[in-house]
Amino acid sequence: MKELSLNILDVAENSVKAGATLTQILLTEENTLLTLEIIDDGCGMSEDVVRSVTDPFYTTRETRKVGMGIPLLKLAAEQTEGELTITSVTEEANPEEHGTHVTATFNMDHLDFTPIGDVSSTILTLIQGHPDTDFLFQHTKDGNVVRLDTRELREVLEDVPLNSYDVLEWVGAYLREQYDEFA
Amino acid sequence: MKVKDLLEHGFEALSLPDGDREIDGAYIGDLLSWVMGRAQMDNAWITIMTNVNVIAVASLADTSCVILAEGVDMSDELVSTAEAKDVNILRSNDPTYETAIKLSGLIA
Repeated sequence: MKELSLNILDVAENSVKAGATLTQILLTEENTLLTLEIIDDGCGMSEDVVRSVTDPFYTTRETRKVGMGIPLLKLAAEQTEGELTITSVTEEANPEEHGTHVTATFNMDHLDFTPIGDVSSTILTLIQGHPDTDFLFQHTKDGNVVRLDTRELREVLEDVPLNSYDVLEWVGAYLREQYDEFA
Repeated sequence: MKVKDLLEHGFEALSLPDGDREIDGAYIGDLLSWVMGRAQMDNAWITIMTNVNVIAVASLADTSCVILAEGVDMSDELVSTAEAKDVNILRSNDPTYETAIKLSGLIA
């Protein structure tokens, strides 16, 4: 993908599909190393499925025979000499603590590094499409933090749906404002 | 022109499960998500990328064949995958631009 933000959207959608109540999207920049984590509390995957999701011919959809979300993220990481790892605990194995943790690392000074792109739009798209599930987004770089937690929003907004126009516009401005102070 | 006819013009077959497939136009690109949305059915797709996702994208976009330019290598394992997934893979030793010009002359 031209931007990592599109990869993030694709993979976070998998979390929602897995029934996650909370999906965390964490971006951490340390010098030239970028770590992307997508952590959900969804139904989890068995070891066999974890092994097969990096195979582009595996998909949970039935309309096509290939699933490209994880394979393309893996490629984006590996072409910067980073890597992608997935750990997962199924609901069956642990009814209390289950879910999937995707970690991708990138060397940002590598020529083939894909720019992070417009992550704010990715977060807005996720909230708009899934107003009843929660997202925690955090982007950390040299001590600066951009953060949004829809659980906190929900507490303040009470019954106002998160995908109402005014809320989305506020979230967009809130993220932009934080990014403006992000060196 | 059929995919297998390219073999008479300096293209080398790595995987040719469906050589009788007709080529209709071409697409060039290495950013796989971009190719996935833009390559047309029956296009010959010229690229220098050689990972398993190339085979998946060729299958999704239903291109007539993948042409690896610059003489890049594809592992035996991937060639077997391409055969199993019914994806034609050819190779040209020329750079991408020259490969495209040659192809253009042949399929015009």
